Amino acid sequence: MLTHLQALEAESIHIMREVAAEARKPVMLYSIGKDSAVMLHLALKAFYPSRPPFPLLHVDTTWKFREMIAFRDKIVAEHGLELLVHINPQGVDQGIGPFSHGSAVHTDVMKTQALKQALDAHGFDAAFGGARRDEEKSRAKERIFSFRSKSHRWDPKNQRPELWNAYNTRINRGESIRVFPLSNWTELDIWQYIHLENIPIVPLYFAAERPVVRRDGTLIMVDDDRMPLEPGEVPETKMVRFRTLGCYPLTGAIESTAQTLPEIIQEMLVASTSEREGRVIDHDQAASMEKKKQEGYF
Amino acid sequence: MRLHADITSAEVLDYLKAQEDKTLLRFLTCGSVDDGKSTLIGRLLYDSKLLFEDQLAALNAASATGNGNDGELDLASLVDGLQAEREQGITIDVAYRYFATEKRKFIVADTPGHEQYTRNMATGASTADLAVILIDARKGVLTQTRRHSYIVHLLGIRHVVLAVNKMDLVDYAEVRFNEIVADYQAFASEIGLDGVVAIPVAALKGDNVISPGEAMPWYRGPCLLEHLEQVDVAKTAEDAPFRFPVQWVNRPNLDFRGYSGTISSGRIRSGDEVMVLPSAKTSRVTRIVTYDGDLEEASAGQAVTLELTDQVDISRGDVIATTETPPEATDQFAAHVIWMHDEPLLPERSYLLKMANQTVPAVVTELKHTVNVNTMEQLAGKTLELNEIGFCNLALDRAVAYEPYGESRDLGGFVLIDRITNQTVGAGMISFGLRRATNLVWQELHVDKIARSSMNKQRPCVLWFTGLSGSGKSTIANLVERRLHALTHRTYILDGDNVRHGLNKDLGFTDADRVENIRRVAEVSTLMVDAGLIVLVSFISPFRNERRMAREMVGDEEFLEIFVDTPLDVCEARDPKGLYEKARAGDIKNFTGIDSPYEEPERADLTVDTTALSPDAAAEFVVAMLKDRRLIE
Repeated sequence: MLTHLQALEAESIHIMREVAAEARKPVMLYSIGKDSAVMLHLALKAFYPSRPPFPLLHVDTTWKFREMIAFRDKIVAEHGLELLVHINPQGVDQGIGPFSHGSAVHTDVMKTQALKQALDAHGFDAAFGGARRDEEKSRAKERIFSFRSKSHRWDPKNQRPELWNAYNTRINRGESIRVFPLSNWTELDIWQYIHLENIPIVPLYFAAERPVVRRDGTLIMVDDDRMPLEPGEVPETKMVRFRTLGCYPLTGAIESTAQTLPEIIQEMLVASTSEREGRVIDHDQAASMEKKKQEGYF
Repeated sequence: MRLHADITSAEVLDYLKAQEDKTLLRFLTCGSVDDGKSTLIGRLLYDSKLLFEDQLAALNAASATGNGNDGELDLASLVDGLQAEREQGITIDVAYRYFATEKRKFIVADTPGHEQYTRNMATGASTADLAVILIDARKGVLTQTRRHSYIVHLLGIRHVVLAVNKMDLVDYAEVRFNEIVADYQAFASEIGLDGVVAIPVAALKGDNVISPGEAMPWYRGPCLLEHLEQVDVAKTAEDAPFRFPVQWVNRPNLDFRGYSGTISSGRIRSGDEVMVLPSAKTSRVTRIVTYDGDLEEASAGQAVTLELTDQVDISRGDVIATTETPPEATDQFAAHVIWMHDEPLLPERSYLLKMANQTVPAVVTELKHTVNVNTMEQLAGKTLELNEIGFCNLALDRAVAYEPYGESRDLGGFVLIDRITNQTVGAGMISFGLRRATNLVWQELHVDKIARSSMNKQRPCVLWFTGLSGSGKSTIANLVERRLHALTHRTYILDGDNVRHGLNKDLGFTDADRVENIRRVAEVSTLMVDAGLIVLVSFISPFRNERRMAREMVGDEEFLEIFVDTPLDVCEARDPKGLYEKARAGDIKNFTGIDSPYEEPERADLTVDTTALSPDAAAEFVVAMLKDRRLIE
């Protein structure tokens, strides 16, 4: 009898191999966070001794933490992987950013639209994403193989029934499938697996002294000098870490002293807020994730 | 296990160690709309303290706006995820929830109770090892309870918990509980569902969910969570014969060729002799390769890569199995099919069947009976509608290795996919193979198609004329035949109207009958092509799927689709047989173009626009195409 982590690992590997066998041109969305780290680790396992038969795609908003980009480049070089980086050129031309345009516009232009551009430009017909069903309610109902129309829309009322592991991967030209091999993992599973398998993760997950300012009750790290400070606002140095990683202006830090994996897990087990709390975009409106997803957000 | 803030790191490591040995239980909850499924799951999450503060805050906010639980937490709102559902107050799809206790990790599929969503329940059941069937203690066993139990049984779930909920509303009465359980047991044994464990609960208050509570001292069995933690669902998968459906051929370089897949049952050691199905060739396992190093042995559930001694030709979808008791291969079997789409199942239409890593064209050759899921009655039927269940014979394009569903979900469970929309339209569970693949021997003939056609100085083929009634198909086909005859070619015309006077006089104009009509004509055409003839088929044949079926039966190189393209208004103006007038008057039902669709060919071999060409000119084009393709000299 497999342990629960062994069972989850085997399921994820099965899903990835299915995509490799059936998709014409798959890609793995690599967001550099802990879930992506686990997903990439599973991909290395799934195809061994072959390399993963698809490139990684990072949709860069230009506002990621600098440490994330450094980590990304290191991992890619270590494993000899193919990495594609896409930045929405129109967004750059218009100077779109979270401070000047707010989180909703920034996320739409630099993430959602940018992702669609990249998928269209390369003609990818299947894209792996690291989303988990336990993250958020509308994710809980999404299929593992989640169909997208030509305009990348998700229709929650018209999902294909998904039985056993007989995944229907068939699509017409221009349509695509988002595939979530970590669907059945929980946040705790992810951390346990990282611990058990010694998977490298971005150092931002560990507590360190970092310059932060407090805005609307959220601690925002001053990662570079693009961050406009309010009159009288002075960054303070605090011992903080991050539970999720994204664009630094949209990602709240938590005060913590956890510098090792067991300490992080310990903190997580006694934590009193769920991990998406730190993400500013979820608060925009009730059911906001479901809406974003219908429009093509991962 | 709930940890405290002052826990030591040694304790965390112990905790992590303990976590590593946990097993996984996947279960589903089902019941009718008001039985309180979502409340029960909410209760499990709430009482096992896995709710975070922000989720609790959202929950309290939702309860305040809420739907009349008198200030009780609206636990269901935790589970009902999609906005539409929150507005309607019902669960409309399968939602997956996760929680863990000290002993186990759980994945819960919450499935809808509404009748029209049977397909979602089957979906949730397909990956579950246990089902919790809820009953409202006030209402007892309902039609819906029977339906859900039948589906649970059909999907092969062997462990069932009957949760008699809302005991608080029947004064926690033992008598009522016993009455319901007796009622249910009688029904369960009727359909062959055994091993049912019944538990009285009050999900809203929490009695017998996580802990016994004080209201039902007469109940001495385990509470729900305790049972879920203890129940032994370790199927005998590891002890069953070795089965390994090949998922991906692993070829990093010329020196390595491995077969990646997930072991479906049994165990394998390096050195074991194996058989590859359906070819029945044998070989030996040299290595069991994984990223973490080679294994000496691997067993059911593990995703591995096998390397074999001999260079046998193995591809995706083949099954590597033990040589002692290999699975059978067949191209025909009987199965239960659950229909999952608005468009009904049509016997003889070609679908794609996906099972154990392979996709094969398949048709339902016979719908033996449908099952009334409320009464379990067997009824005669010609088609299956959404959410209907039928027992069918299926024929595949080629033989595949299989097992009865009761023995293997992987090798006995399949989905059916529509070939044009790519939607998953049905799911099936194999009961038994029809074995005709091995018992029916093809009679070898000495004079073959090539011999016959060389005598005729022509290559036989089918000219398939499709188009609306009155488009000019028969007129053009006749002119083509006269020209071919003048050139001394051997031909035959199969005309839609004429065939319906004889071979197909038992068929009407429903979708199902149209499919059968085309199938028979395609079969006859195939025989005539085999006899060396050029066959001209003049049939409306409105559905792409059936024309594709005909093409596949005849063979791609010998099938030429000619689209006689005449707009509906032109056909209707011509109305040579007066049929459009009758159809418009409602005297003819299912008339193509009026109240039954015509699907234009996407890639016809030739399109004839009769508004621009005379029938003679059109016939010339067809003959020119035959010369072009060197079918005639």
